[in-house]
Amino acid sequence: MALALHTFPTVKDAGAALKAGGTRYIGGGTLVVRAVNEGDVSISGFVRSADPALSVIRISGGTVRIGASVTMAAIARHADLAPLAHAARAVGGPAIRNMASVGGNLFAPTPYGDFTVALLALDATVSTDDGELPIETFLAKRESNHAIVTAVGFTLPKEGGFRFLKVSRVKPKGVSVLSIATVLEQAPDGTVSSARIALGCMADRPIRASAAEKALIGRKLTADGIAPALAVARDGTSPPTDPIASAWYRNEVLPVHLGRLLLA
Amino acid sequence: MAKVPVQFTLNGAEKAEFIDSGTTLLHALRDKIGDTSPKGGCHQGTCGACSVIIDGELRLSCLTLAEACNGATIITTSGLSERGVLHPLQRAFLDAFATQCGFCTPGMIMAAKVLLDHTPNPSREDVVEALSGNICRCTGYEPIIQAVLTAARSNSQNAA
Ligand SMILES: Cc1cc2nc3c(=O)[nH]c(=O)nc-3n(C[C@H](O)[C@H](O)[C@H](O)COP(=O)(O)OP(=O)(O)OC[C@H]3O[C@@H](n4cnc5c(N)ncnc54)[C@H](O)[C@@H]3O)c2cc1C
Ligand code: FES
Ligand code: FES
Repeated sequence: MALALHTFPTVKDAGAALKAGGTRYIGGGTLVVRAVNEGDVSISGFVRSADPALSVIRISGGTVRIGASVTMAAIARHADLAPLAHAARAVGGPAIRNMASVGGNLFAPTPYGDFTVALLALDATVSTDDGELPIETFLAKRESNHAIVTAVGFTLPKEGGFRFLKVSRVKPKGVSVLSIATVLEQAPDGTVSSARIALGCMADRPIRASAAEKALIGRKLTADGIAPALAVARDGTSPPTDPIASAWYRNEVLPVHLGRLLLA
Repeated sequence: MAKVPVQFTLNGAEKAEFIDSGTTLLHALRDKIGDTSPKGGCHQGTCGACSVIIDGELRLSCLTLAEACNGATIITTSGLSERGVLHPLQRAFLDAFATQCGFCTPGMIMAAKVLLDHTPNPSREDVVEALSGNICRCTGYEPIIQAVLTAARSNSQNAA
């Protein structure tokens, strides 16, 4: 193997180096180094930035900013990010979590990207060296976006407002059959006043369940109240068939798991 | 391709080598430095046989570039015994028949060491979680879990 690793003090310099053909940005390397080990000859060099800001978690007044190089392990152990710890711990085993970065997770293809599902439900903003984008827009064109992600930002949900579920066959660590994250707000009478539902493994990248979100508004979180949302949960999905599960199976179990999460 | 220098502390000893840029830490440790305790099972991050401890954290050496470890402190299973006396984890693995073919053992021991360093009295669930990135095709896992719990108990008895 003859692959150059170039480390730059600033994101700007790293961005300039990425313009060379065959270069890839490297975060924790759990996907890109694996690709090279598997024989991906399209990669001839790695680029990274050692800017310390990329490894910082900043929380002020309920607003969170997580640097792109922050690992899943760092998120899972951060006391102020306790509501998200479950989602960060859903990524791989302990060694993977010590390496896997937030930035890399945004690019992880299905069946990976579990933490990105959480970020999508949180309606995060993705900051790059080329400006900021809503996460949904970022995900839609992530292959053609050659900018370096510097951070993700979002508002911490109210206590109990964020829910996350990863379904896998191997416990405690396994690749996703699917994952679901929700951010719900309820009026004083218990009816849902706002709902964001994000799905992993129900398309080639995390997607929002827009029809189910709409169907939840004004409903209570009871079996009857959520029934219309579950009935349209599969709208717009196109899950893959892979060694973990078939597309048919994923579609069959999605409403079941969404129902359990909403009633939890 | 030009060689690049790497320098780190391995099991308490300073190591400096010239390696091909892009070499994984697993390759550098085994084929350049001669520490064959980390094993190359899958080179994909799935088996855990290549696990090492870098600056106190469990990492997969097959997915880590050696150049990214400049200045780091690395521990491998070959550095655990002291003057021929096995580490309590190594002793417990042998006594509990937690090692059969032995291929997974160095990675299991690295994962278990990090657990016990941070959680000296783990529950069974803690042990299962800590070993969840490591695959064993021989033992059925139960003897490994028991060995880690036994090592934890012997550590706390020694400390008492
Ligand atoms: C055994 C194993 C188990 C896994 N299990 C899970 C799992 O359960 N859930 C899950 O979600 N994932 C899982 N993964 C996938 C992966 O570990 C994670 O998605 C991880 O977050 C990827 O981050 P990374 O830093 O390692 O990415 P890298 O491998 O460093 O990069 C991945 C991609 O993102 C790009 N990239 C990385 N950082 C940036 C940046 N800042 N700006 C622009 N581009 C960037 C790279 O160029 C590359 O294309 C697993 C991987 C392995 C090997
Ligand atoms: S060889 Fe590294 S995880 Fe299998
Ligand atoms: S002892 Fe053979 S793989 Fe674990």
